[in-house]
Amino acid sequence: MDEATHDIEIRNLYKIFGPNAAAHIESVKNGMTKEELNAKHNHVLGLEDINLTIPAGRIQVVMGLSGSGKSTLIRHINRLIDPTAGEVIFDNRDVVQMSQKELRDFRRQKTAMVFQKFALFPHRTVLENTTYGLQVRGVSAKECEEKARRWISRVGLDGFEDNYPNQLSGGMQQRVGLARALTNDPEILLMDEAFSALDPLIRTDMQSVLLDLQSELRKTIVFITHDLDEALRLGDKIAILRDGRIIQQGTGEQIVLRPADDYISSFVHDVKRGHVITVRTITRKGQRADTPITLPSNTLLEEAARAMTNAEVNRANITDGSGAHLGMITLSKTVAEMIAPDTSEDDALEAAVG
Amino acid sequence: MDFVDFPEMSRGDLRDLRIAIDTAFRGFTRAYGETLEQIFHPIQVLLIFIENILINSPWILVLGGLALMIWALSRSIKIVAGTVIALLLIGYFGMWEDTMRTIAMVAVCTMIAVAIGIPTGILMARSDRANQIVTPILDMMQTMPSFVYLIPVVMIFGLGKVPGVIAVVIYAVPPIIRLTNLGIRQVPADVLEAAAAFGSSNGQMLKDVQLPLALPTIMAGVNQTIMMSLAMVVVASMIGVRGLGQPVLQAINNQYFTLGVMNGLAIVAIAIIFDRATQAYGKRLQKHLEAVHG
Repeated sequence: MDEATHDIEIRNLYKIFGPNAAAHIESVKNGMTKEELNAKHNHVLGLEDINLTIPAGRIQVVMGLSGSGKSTLIRHINRLIDPTAGEVIFDNRDVVQMSQKELRDFRRQKTAMVFQKFALFPHRTVLENTTYGLQVRGVSAKECEEKARRWISRVGLDGFEDNYPNQLSGGMQQRVGLARALTNDPEILLMDEAFSALDPLIRTDMQSVLLDLQSELRKTIVFITHDLDEALRLGDKIAILRDGRIIQQGTGEQIVLRPADDYISSFVHDVKRGHVITVRTITRKGQRADTPITLPSNTLLEEAARAMTNAEVNRANITDGSGAHLGMITLSKTVAEMIAPDTSEDDALEAAVG
Repeated sequence: MDFVDFPEMSRGDLRDLRIAIDTAFRGFTRAYGETLEQIFHPIQVLLIFIENILINSPWILVLGGLALMIWALSRSIKIVAGTVIALLLIGYFGMWEDTMRTIAMVAVCTMIAVAIGIPTGILMARSDRANQIVTPILDMMQTMPSFVYLIPVVMIFGLGKVPGVIAVVIYAVPPIIRLTNLGIRQVPADVLEAAAAFGSSNGQMLKDVQLPLALPTIMAGVNQTIMMSLAMVVVASMIGVRGLGQPVLQAINNQYFTLGVMNGLAIVAIAIIFDRATQAYGKRLQKHLEAVHG
C-alpha cells in the first residue's frame, strides 16, 4: 500500500478565465478586483492568490458555495485546468511546469479522482470501470482484475462486477467511482463534491465508508464540498473559499470557535457544536475533580456530556494524549458551550437592562 | 444600364472557357489516366473476387453463408427467416446472379466507405479546422447530381466496375463521415475528463472511450452508407456496372414494366435485409444503456 508521505503545496495560484488571461494577471496581482476585471476586460477571476498546504495522509476539505472556485481549485492539483500563475508543488516537483508526458505519468501514478456526477464509463461494466486506471498504465489484465475485484469487494459491491453503471443506484455508482479511484492506489485522492449528488442517508453512509477506508489507507485526500456538516465530519483541515479566495483555514473546531468573518459566522451558526468542539476548549487547567469519569482532551462535547450524564456526575477529569492529568470540566459548562452563543439576543438584553 | 438582360459573359468567351477547361482535363486524363487506373486496380480485383465467390459457389452455400452473417449481426430469427425467404424468391424469379453482383458491389463500396469515412470522421471530431474544411465538401458530395461527377470519372476510367465503385462511394461516404464525427463529439465531457484524470493518452482516450461510446452512432452511419450504395446501383448501371440496376435500366428504355418492378423489388428486399440487420446490431451495441435502475 502506497502511504502518502508528501504534502501538496499550492503557492500564489491565480486562475483567470478568458481568451487573454495572461495579459491581465499583473493588474490582478496589483489589486484589480474581480468586478473590475469582469467589467473592464470581460475576464472572470476564478482563483485569486491561493496559498494552501495540504498535509500528507490527511483529509483536506475545501468548502465553498457554488461559484466560489472550489471545483476549479481541485482541478489544478492534477492540472485538468491550467493555472494563469502560481505553483503546485508535490514531491519537490511543480505540477504546473510538467510536460504533457510527465503530467500523464503524474496522473497515472500519483492521483485519482472521484467526481460529483460519478463520470463512470457507461459502456464498461463495474469491473471494467474499476480496472480502467491500471489498464491505462499498462498493467497486465490479470493483475488489474485481481486488484479491482478486491476494491469492489471492499466498497461493498460484491456480485455487481458484471453490471453496467446504468443498472446501479446513485450510491452504488459512487462506490464504483471510489473503487475505480482506489484501485489505482494513488497517494493523492481528489474528491470533487463526491457525495453531493447522493441522498442524505446514503451520503452519511458514504462518509463513513470513506473515513473507515482512510483510517487504514492514510491517503492525502482533497475533498470538495458545499456542505459544512460534511466538511466538519470529514476534514482534518478545512479551507473556506469565497469568490476565488481562501477566507479562512484551520481545523473544524478552530473555524466553529473563531469564524474569521460574518460570512463564515452565518455558516457555522447552525452547526451542532457538540459534534465539533472538543473538551480541550473548556478545560479548567490544573484543577482536579472528585469524579470517576476521566476523558481524553480530544473528546467531543456531546460525548463528554453523555458520559457525565450516564454516570450521574457533573464533573470529569481531562487527560492529554499521553494520559497525564490536564484539568477538569463541568457538565454545565459543557452544555453551555454546546449551545451556540446567540450574541444578538445578548445585545438586546443588555440594551433593555441598560 | 439595362436591368432586364443580365450582363452575362459573351458567348464566345464562355465557349473558349469551356473548351480551355475541357482540353486541360482531357490532357490530364491522357497523362495520368493509366496511372490512376493502376492505382484503383485492386478495387477491381477485390470486386471480381467477391463476385466470383458469390456466383460460382453452390447457391445453397451462399444462402447459408448470408443467413449466418445476418444472424451474427442481428441475433434475430425473424430477420434471418425473412432473409432466407426473400433470397429464395429472388432466385426463383431468375435474379440470383444479378443480386449476387449487386451484393458484391455494395459490400466493396461499404468497405471502402468505412475505410475512408471513419478516419476522416475522427479527424473532423478532433480538429475544428478539419471540420470546417470537410463539411462543405460533404455538402457538395451530397447535393451535386450524381450524373455530373459521373462525367469526369468516366473520362478517366472509361466504363466498367471501378468508375461505378468510385461514383457509389462518393455518393455513399458522407453519412458515415458525418455520423462518426457526431458520435465522437457527443461523448459526454465529464466522461472524457475522468479518462484524462486517470492519465489516458489521446490514443487510449480514442480507443477505450470515444470510439466505443460513438459506435452506435457510427453504426447508424454504416447503415445509411449501405442504403445509399443500394440506391446508387441503378445510376451506376448507366456506366456499365452489372447487377440489378442493369435490368431496371433496360426496363426503362424498353418499357418492360414487370422486369422493372421485379428487379426493383429485389433491390428493396436486399435493402430491408441489410437495414434491419445493421440496425439490430447497432441496438445490441447499446445494451449497456438498457436496464436503467428504477
